[in-house]
Amino acid sequence: MAGAIVAEGLRKNFGTVEALRGIDLDVGSGTVFGFLGPNGAGKTTAVRIFTTLLLPDGGRAEVVGLDVVRDAEALRARIGLAGQSAAVDENLTGLENIEMVGRLYHLSSAEARRRAGEILERFGLAEAGDRQAKTYSGGMRRRLDVAASLVARPDVLFLDEPTTGLDPRSRMDLWAMIRELVQEGRTILLTTQYLEEADNLADRIAVVDLGTIIAEGTADELKDQIGGEVLELHVKDPAQAGQVAQTLSGMGVGEPSVDAEAGKVRIPVGSDGPAALLDSVRRLDDMKLALADIALHRPTLDDVFLSLTGHAAEEGHQEQEGSERRKQGRKRGRRRDA
Amino acid sequence: MSTTITTPTGTRAGSRIRYGFADGMVVMRRNVLQISRIPTVLILELVQPIMFVLLFRFVFAGNIITPPGMTYVMYLMPGIFVQNAIFGSTTTAIGLAEDMKKGLVDRFRSLPMARSAVLVGRTSSDLAKNFILLMLVIPVGYLVGFRFTNGLVGAIGMVLLVLIVGFAFSWISATVGLAIKEVEGVQAAMFTGIFPIVFISSALVPVQGMVSWIQPIAKHNPVTIWANCARVLALGDVALPTDPGTKIPTTSLEGLLVLSTIWIVGLLIVFVPVSIRMYRKLT
Repeated sequence: MAGAIVAEGLRKNFGTVEALRGIDLDVGSGTVFGFLGPNGAGKTTAVRIFTTLLLPDGGRAEVVGLDVVRDAEALRARIGLAGQSAAVDENLTGLENIEMVGRLYHLSSAEARRRAGEILERFGLAEAGDRQAKTYSGGMRRRLDVAASLVARPDVLFLDEPTTGLDPRSRMDLWAMIRELVQEGRTILLTTQYLEEADNLADRIAVVDLGTIIAEGTADELKDQIGGEVLELHVKDPAQAGQVAQTLSGMGVGEPSVDAEAGKVRIPVGSDGPAALLDSVRRLDDMKLALADIALHRPTLDDVFLSLTGHAAEEGHQEQEGSERRKQGRKRGRRRDA
Repeated sequence: MSTTITTPTGTRAGSRIRYGFADGMVVMRRNVLQISRIPTVLILELVQPIMFVLLFRFVFAGNIITPPGMTYVMYLMPGIFVQNAIFGSTTTAIGLAEDMKKGLVDRFRSLPMARSAVLVGRTSSDLAKNFILLMLVIPVGYLVGFRFTNGLVGAIGMVLLVLIVGFAFSWISATVGLAIKEVEGVQAAMFTGIFPIVFISSALVPVQGMVSWIQPIAKHNPVTIWANCARVLALGDVALPTDPGTKIPTTSLEGLLVLSTIWIVGLLIVFVPVSIRMYRKLT
């Protein structure tokens, strides 16, 4: 059986910026596929092409066997989109929002209302259904958004950063709901900036950077590629950081890195974290080196990117944050003038 | 997977049109609900025409030479109604820009609904909104001395003309909104464009008092034709333009009606397909 989502050499340019530089993808029916990458990696661009919002400049893409360009009209009836680029009308109630989307999927009026009630119940929004969406919390809004995309029982669901900006509790709630959807045999393509999220939800993960897929596999396969866990030590006296690193040298699967200013030492320890932790404590105790903190970290998106690309994931955000900081700087400047 | 979706497959024209209309009405219903949920917006929109009525009625009136047999308030009000309909059409662009910003247009574009529905729904709900505004501004006119003097049919004719003019401008507004996409930009563009169009016309003051080189522009401005037509429908023959420099058709009600219709149909023929095409090609 052909994959539910297939892409071959998919390309998209915005002016001189190459947003997608030839993406190949084959997502099996009934599986969850995670698109993992920083802002500006091209995740949203790919989702927008799969959901017919954007025309590709090269290559081709099919969803449920329908071409995203030629069969766009038929395809729209088979997919749902939620997350970053979809939205709810905050002046309408939750129920009205879902009903409207149902009607626009061409469900009959009665069917749209029945499905809206059903789906609000399922997403824990039944009681809030008669309230305007502007009174909803961020997590409720996001749930309503996902609920709306499911009203017509789409075969394939696209969730574009569904939990970005949510508090941990709301994130957990939404994860639970996404897991339920998976059990129904729906195909889901999920984009995220969080390794933990992809790890939790996706059967297979593609790491995207600068418009290309730089690694693909199951969460375990990717973690093996990255090199397992990282031991992070916080030295009491930053001046001793170098000494600590020296003491631990040769212990892990790689050389320790030192942030002398912060008094931090990081060392990749592979899959044998607990043993490495004990060993390091013993060694440092022998040398009478005092620690403020010691912890084992699972690899983060940063680690994925550092090991796969040699640059940190945040670099994708830098421009945005930089301009944000500049804005704040200007504000401060104005205040001083006044 | 069970499915109850009945999307038109292929290009069956009949079902296409049926869904186009039905989808448009779903969107219109949502927009009307929105207006009813935030009535302050409507109230604020009402302030502007009332301010214009009061300013022109009590500040400008004594300084404006009106055609014989007509007081300025009688001359002014039909023009205000037309002006109000045109100004009111800016909400089409603003509403679209807001929907784009909030991501609602993305959601709509990912649904199997008709590509025209968002625009049909928006222009229709703005038509309904313009109707409500008109029904509120007419009594204000009555308070400051305006009266319909051409019978009920004439009055209804004027109301219809004003609403259709507003509807045609809504499609221009939709085109501008889709081109600019930003709420603030849209507001600026619409008002910079609309002010001269409305002011260089007979909507508020007679063309005869304008500088000579601007008069030909004003005379051929469709707003002049619509304002003159609205005036004759509201007031009767007393409002027929008598300017000898104007071509014959514009000095009779029939001529005014024909020219008004030609302009409205012309604008719709251009801007309906252009804006739908732009919506389709959004990225």
